[in-house]
Amino acid sequence: MNRAIITGQRLAAVFLLGCVLFNYPLIALFNKPGELFDIPLLYLYLFGVWAVLIGLMALTIERRKD
Amino acid sequence: MLQGWVIASVSFAYLGVLFAIAYFGDKRADAGRSVIANPTIYALSLAVYCTTWTFYGSVGRAASTGIGFLPIYLGPTLMAGLWWFVMLKIIRISKANRITSIADFVSSRYGKSQLLGGLVTVIAVIGIIPYISLQLKAVSNSFTILLHYPEIVMPARAGAQPLLQDSALYIAMILAAFTILFGTRHLDATERHEGMVAAIAFESLVKLLAFLAVGIFVTFGIYNGFGDIFDRAELVPKLKSLMTVADTGASYGSWWSLTFLSMLSIMFLPRQFQIAVVENVNERHLARAIWLFPLYLLLINIFVLPIAVGGLLHFPDGSVDADTFVLTLPMAERQEALALFVFIGGLSAATGMVIVETIALSTMVCNDLVMPVLLRWKALRLQEEQDLSWLLLSIRRWAIAVILLLGYIYFRAAGEAYALVGIGLISFAAVAQFAPAIFGGIYWKGGTRQGAIAGLLAGFAVWIYTLLLPSFAKSGWLSLDFIREGLFGVALLKPQQLFGLTGLDEISHSLFWSMLANIGCYVAVSLRKRPDVVETSQGTLFVDVFRHTEGAERSRFWRGSAQVQDLLPLIGRFLGPERAREAFLAYARRRGLASLEQLQANADLVHFAETLLAGAIGGASARVMVASVVKEEPLGIDEVMNILDEASQVRAYSRQLEQKSRELEAATAELRAANERLKELDRMKDDFMSTVTHELRTPLTSIRAFSEILLEDPKTNLANRRKFLAIIVKETERLTRLINQVLDMAKIESGNAEWHTADIDLHEVIEESLAATSSLFGDKRIRLEKLLAEGVPRVRADRDRLIQVMLNLLANAVKFCDEDRGCVTVRLSAGSDAVRVDVEDNGPGIAEADQHTIFEKFRQVGDTMTAKPQGTGLGLPISRQIIEHFGGRLWVESNPGRGATFSFILPLNREGMGQEERTEK
Repeated sequence: MNRAIITGQRLAAVFLLGCVLFNYPLIALFNKPGELFDIPLLYLYLFGVWAVLIGLMALTIERRKD
Repeated sequence: MLQGWVIASVSFAYLGVLFAIAYFGDKRADAGRSVIANPTIYALSLAVYCTTWTFYGSVGRAASTGIGFLPIYLGPTLMAGLWWFVMLKIIRISKANRITSIADFVSSRYGKSQLLGGLVTVIAVIGIIPYISLQLKAVSNSFTILLHYPEIVMPARAGAQPLLQDSALYIAMILAAFTILFGTRHLDATERHEGMVAAIAFESLVKLLAFLAVGIFVTFGIYNGFGDIFDRAELVPKLKSLMTVADTGASYGSWWSLTFLSMLSIMFLPRQFQIAVVENVNERHLARAIWLFPLYLLLINIFVLPIAVGGLLHFPDGSVDADTFVLTLPMAERQEALALFVFIGGLSAATGMVIVETIALSTMVCNDLVMPVLLRWKALRLQEEQDLSWLLLSIRRWAIAVILLLGYIYFRAAGEAYALVGIGLISFAAVAQFAPAIFGGIYWKGGTRQGAIAGLLAGFAVWIYTLLLPSFAKSGWLSLDFIREGLFGVALLKPQQLFGLTGLDEISHSLFWSMLANIGCYVAVSLRKRPDVVETSQGTLFVDVFRHTEGAERSRFWRGSAQVQDLLPLIGRFLGPERAREAFLAYARRRGLASLEQLQANADLVHFAETLLAGAIGGASARVMVASVVKEEPLGIDEVMNILDEASQVRAYSRQLEQKSRELEAATAELRAANERLKELDRMKDDFMSTVTHELRTPLTSIRAFSEILLEDPKTNLANRRKFLAIIVKETERLTRLINQVLDMAKIESGNAEWHTADIDLHEVIEESLAATSSLFGDKRIRLEKLLAEGVPRVRADRDRLIQVMLNLLANAVKFCDEDRGCVTVRLSAGSDAVRVDVEDNGPGIAEADQHTIFEKFRQVGDTMTAKPQGTGLGLPISRQIIEHFGGRLWVESNPGRGATFSFILPLNREGMGQEERTEK
């Protein structure tokens, strides 16, 4: 049970991280015209963060030992 | 090639495949080999979240608001992070209580209230019907567009066609028939539809593949990758603005409120609840879904913006509705097969949503709206019916048909007033009203039925006023004055600028006011009065679900008397007599009973029956039905509180008990260790005693022997007499020495020894010791080497004791020296913090194994059986004790065959001496 609670807490931390990264004011930093690798900055940022969050959750879930 | 009949037959073939999958899934489920008992399928089926609203609508929204379509998918991703706690709890509660819908969940939590269940059902139906009509509209539009291939013609305004030529009507009818076949083939006590879930998972795959196919075609087929599309968009000012969010507080505000809204929707849309909670086969499947479902959302969204931009570039004159880009782009490029595949993808998105949503709604309508009314309607004499399961099934079938019909009517009436995305968000805002009652219900025991009703009513009313009525007005059913001027011309009551609040978009505005009203009323009314008996017991069961999963606790809240003969037929009337009998038999067997006759109608059985019934007709109705056949003694609120207190006390006690037993274990371990130590000491004492007596007996024996000779033989000559007497004296001395040493040892060990500490010069001590032993050296002709450093600082110690140590070491060295060319080296040296003395001999040395034992009492190196011991065996232990008393260390280094070096060091600093002083007597 303890391990399960730790997993839950890690996931909740990912949730909080996502809440911060997907909202004002951080999002405003990338909300400007301009491209990186030919992709609009905001589009790249949102999908990048999204992929990272999913990766973190997958890592947390699939590598737990219970 | 894309004539009507081709499209129709492909569509029917697709539906046929779906049905085959569902049929296969049900067959396998009946055989006990579930196809959906797989976390990946569970995650895929959750993607029923993506409807045509995603499939067609996202591109439409992206074409008008750019990246603003994303929050609707970011919210669920974030929420998935909390599923581990929240969703798991809801699933656990629902399984324990056989909850089959969101209405059932809310009504069960707040004291199995039929009123509350009905209210939730009404909100859900009103909120969801526009969403269903959206699906009809999407399928009908896409069908019409595809039919005109190769021309691209936007469908005429819905409702313009005569009723019988309207494809949406036929689509609604087909979907109704299909859903009835899927969802109500038989009545299941758990309301699970394994076949349907398998089909939904398949549909999720189809719509994802279809969307990705279009995305790849547009991005890499029509244009040259992402870079190319975005580069072209850069050149058009209107498109350039799509790449960013308007940099104003309001747009960030609506970004956040859409994220928040979708976080709630993913939990509380009836179809999500149905798939995630009711259809969940195994709690463990949730884990994989937590990351796989967001991944699905990510994949289906990657190409949304490129398609939107591509479409806007391709149809720059605005003649083509952006909601249809997914379909019209392949059509414009003459890709018939791809267009057909997209249509099927859209169809799968629509059918998935409609099937699950109407099944969920029909369960709610049946259990929480129709059945309670029918069961109270005495004139129907339902109480006398033997088998009501047909009634349940037909109510559900009718409910499905009526819901789809309502969806169609809304579609005809509302028409084109709203883009696809607008309707979806209105539905989201409606189901968000369930959030306070449910979150409060699973984490706060204080929430009451009245609080939940007040909160839901208030939130729902605000939602109607600020979102639904304005949408009616925009559809032309109401006068637009009501929006522009406010109700009765009062400006403060403008539905989209309530109390003058401006600067928010209509969804955020409505969400804010409805949540404020909802949460406010829920909390305020709940706090007004204490929860009653049922609310308290249900609240405890929900909030503390992880503590009482056994069900033993729940039956404690029931007291009364019942008969198996009453319960069994009651369950049989709803589940069918045969299935009820089977369920009861299985229950009896779990209890180790052979037959139904042996069953005791106790609280556990009543609880079992009620849960069984709840699966079929909902918790609130089940409560009423069971109460009608058993005699119940109501529990007072105090009694319930007592039971709860008792339970929590028992838990507290058991925690204390665990704590105590841990402490006890630790104490036992300590005692055991101490006991071992004592036993060891006892054994050592015995050894010591026997060694001492043995050592004493040897000299005594020889003294006695020689004394007897002298006594018995007076004629012994003088020379012999002298010789014998000398032996007697020597042995007596040895005896005295031995006894002195034993006493000395005992004193030192017990801490009773006398110490005369003073600052002494080791130089002097060594010289004195050498002088005392010079005769020994002389006798054995042993060479002595002195390497004594000059100016060694004084150390604080007992002079006589140190001489005792030196004498001992020197005597040992002499004793074990090489017989022919004996040589003993004495060294004195000073380090920075200690003085060191070494006494080295060139004898046979001491084996590694013996280097420790020689410091033990009475241990002498060498075979004591053959060689006569050459000492008392106490000298070294005593020396070590003395050196250690002064904070020093005594040890030996030796290589066998190359002599041995005994060394000791004494510390120079005075620290630690204080401690030693204290032990002095």
